[in-house]
Amino acid sequence: MSDQDWTDQQPIVSIKDVHKAFGTLEVLKGVSMDIMKGEVICIIGPSGSGKSTLIRCINALNDIQAGSITIEGQEVHDTKLDKLELRKKVGMVFQQYNLFPHKTALENVMMAPIKVLKQPRDEVEVRARALIKKVRLEGKEDSYPGELSGGQQQRVAIARSLAMDPDVMLFDEVTAALDPETVKEVLLTIKELAADGMTCILVTHEMGFAREVADHIYFTDRGVIVEHGPPETFFESASDPRTKEFLGQIL
Amino acid sequence: MTRSFNTSTDLPVTLEPRYQGPDELGFSRWLGRMPVWVLPLIAAVFLIWPTVVEAQTVYSAQKIMDIMAKWLPLLITQGFLMNVIISFFTMLFGTIAGLFLGLGRVSDNSGIRGFSWLVVQLFRNSPWLVLLFIVMLTLPFEIRIAGTYIAVPDWMKAVFGLSLPIMANLAEIVRGAIQSVPSAQWEAAESLAFSKRQIMWQIILPQCFKRMIPPWMNWYAIMTMATPLVSLLGVTELVTLSRQAMEAEGNNPSLLMPFFGFALIIFFAYCYPIARLTLRLEKKYAVKG
Repeated sequence: MSDQDWTDQQPIVSIKDVHKAFGTLEVLKGVSMDIMKGEVICIIGPSGSGKSTLIRCINALNDIQAGSITIEGQEVHDTKLDKLELRKKVGMVFQQYNLFPHKTALENVMMAPIKVLKQPRDEVEVRARALIKKVRLEGKEDSYPGELSGGQQQRVAIARSLAMDPDVMLFDEVTAALDPETVKEVLLTIKELAADGMTCILVTHEMGFAREVADHIYFTDRGVIVEHGPPETFFESASDPRTKEFLGQIL
Repeated sequence: MTRSFNTSTDLPVTLEPRYQGPDELGFSRWLGRMPVWVLPLIAAVFLIWPTVVEAQTVYSAQKIMDIMAKWLPLLITQGFLMNVIISFFTMLFGTIAGLFLGLGRVSDNSGIRGFSWLVVQLFRNSPWLVLLFIVMLTLPFEIRIAGTYIAVPDWMKAVFGLSLPIMANLAEIVRGAIQSVPSAQWEAAESLAFSKRQIMWQIILPQCFKRMIPPWMNWYAIMTMATPLVSLLGVTELVTLSRQAMEAEGNNPSLLMPFFGFALIIFFAYCYPIARLTLRLEKKYAVKG
C-alpha cells in the first residue's frame, strides 16, 4: 500500500506483528494494532512490558527487527523513507518534557515550524501564541523552561508538538514525572485535544483518565498484547488473569 | 561543576553528576585564587629589591630606573602587544579548527571519528616547542595565491604553530560539552523532524556555549603565557625585545632581573583578571546550568 492509495477509511496507524529486541533482550514479540483517524488509544501495562518501546517505534526513534508499521499507508521502517517527512506527521510528547532549555516557551513552540517547515516567522508566531493560549499558558510566553513547573513545561511540550500540525500525537507517560496537582491540567489539555478529533496514542498509568478518554485500550505484558477492547468492556469484564491481576493492583 | 561542594546533610541526597576527570580549570584556579597583593610583591622582588642591591655595586638605582624608563614604551608597544596579537590570532584559528575537530570526535562516521581522535591525541600530547619548530621550518616564507606571492611573516607562522595544541585541547572541550547535553534533547528534536545537522547547530551547540566559556578562557590564559616560546624562533615579541634591549645596554647582569621581572609582571597583570573572570563565570554558569 503506497501513500497515494491511503484514505482515511483505512487505519491511520497500522502495526503488524512488530518484533523488537535490544541485543538479546526481546521487548516486543509480535504486536499488532490498527488505529483509525480521530481515535484515542491508551496502552497500559506493567513497567518493562514494552509500551514505551512500541510508541517510540511508531516515529522511528527506535527501529524494529520484524513486522511493519505504516502511517497513512507509508511504511515507517522502510530504509528509503525520509524519516524527517514521517516525523512532520507524527508529534511526540515525552515523560521528561525535554523542552529546549535555552529558548523561551514561545521560541520552543515556534522553532520547528520556522526551521523545519520553513514557514514565515510572523505567521508562526500568531499560531504559536494561539497554541500557548490553548494549553492555558497565556502570560508564560517569555518564560524559560527552568522557570516553569513540570505541568507547565509539559503543556508547552504539547503545544510545541502541535505547532507542527501533526496527524497523530504520541504521548509517552507524559504525567509520570509530574506532581499530582499538576497532572490534572495536563490531562485536561490532552482531553480537549482528543475532543478536537486528534488521533492520539497514549502510554499511561492514569486508569481513570484512560477509561474516560480512550476509544480503545490495549493491555501489554512481556512484549505482547494480552487483551484489548473498548474501556467499558475492558475494565468491567477483563478475562485474562494477567489483566485482572494488573487491574487489581492498580485500581 | 562546583568543585568545592560541601554537603551540610548526611541524608541521601542526589548530587548532580560531577566532572570526574582532571580539573579543566586548573590553571585559572591556581592563578585566580592568588590574592591581589601578589602583583606588588612580584614587583618588589623582581624590580625594587635587585635595583637596590645592585645600586651598591655597579649601577645606581637611578641609572637602572632611567634605562628601564627608556625601553618600557618599546617593550610594551612592540613587544607585549605582539604577544597579545599572537594570542588573539592563535585563539581565533584554534577555536575555529577546534570546533570542527570536536564535532569530528562525535561524528556518526567512524572514519571521521577515528581521524579526529588521532589528530587530537597527536597535538594534545606533543611538546609545544617541537610543534612550533616543525611549523616554522616547514611552512614556506611566502605562499602563492592566484599568481601573486604573499609573504607569510614569522609571527603568523608562530600563530599556526601555537594554534595546533590549542585546537586539540579546545576540541576536547567541545566534545565534552556536546556529550554533556542529555540525549533526550536529541530525541525531542528528532521527533520534531529536525535534521541531525540542525539539531547540532541550533539546539545542542547553543546549549554548550555557556559551559564552554570558562575552560576556553582557561586555555587562552595558558596559551598567552606560552607566547614567549616564539622568541626562540626569532619572532619579535616581549622577551626577544627585552634581550635585545639588554644587549644594547651592554649586557650587564644587573639588568636581568629588572627586565625579566617586568615581563613577569606584565604577563601576570594581563592573565590574572582573566583567571578571576573565568572562575566567576564558572560559578555563575554552574548555578544556572
